[in-house]
Amino acid sequence: MANANGTKTAPETPAATPMALGALALGWLIPGAGHLLLRRWGRGLLLLAAICTMFFFGLQMQGKVYAFNTGDLLDILGFFGDIGAGLLYFLARGMNWGEGAVHRAVADYGTKYIIVAGLLNIISAIDAYHIGIGKKQ
Amino acid sequence: MELSHFTAAFVFAVCASVVFGITQRDTPRDMVRYGAYCFALFIGGVIAASWFMWILKK
Repeated sequence: MANANGTKTAPETPAATPMALGALALGWLIPGAGHLLLRRWGRGLLLLAAICTMFFFGLQMQGKVYAFNTGDLLDILGFFGDIGAGLLYFLARGMNWGEGAVHRAVADYGTKYIIVAGLLNIISAIDAYHIGIGKKQ
Repeated sequence: MELSHFTAAFVFAVCASVVFGITQRDTPRDMVRYGAYCFALFIGGVIAASWFMWILKK
């Protein structure tokens, strides 16, 4: 971007607002809630439905919910993926859901469902933040 | 819950495509188009990989 003097300047980064940060935090805790906070009703409800469907399908398929661990690298990454689901993760851990059934192939799919639900929730929370700062409509 | 491989991939594709469509595009029209594009790639990829494995087995 060039200014009045003709010299190039870096594009301005939109400032973080309390509303945007709130949308980010709420969007992480509850899937789609960041969009709902910013009055994007349709998008928020669709995100809520998609992410919750994925998470609960994963649990129904007897997928594993990872606890915090310092063991195998894939287990550590699994934990960080899972925790992206916010309150859904803490609910699952609190209720002792997601023990995992290693002898069933479909349970392995379930584990991946739960991890991807968390990762998709992180994407949606960041999207809510971008809407909050005006970077996206 | 017992899902077939294809059903599991189908549900995965639907949910992931909805999120990708909403988060990666700005206008509702583009969101629908991009979501459909992602869905087609997910399902197309599954079918292509399935045929590839079938050929490999032969």
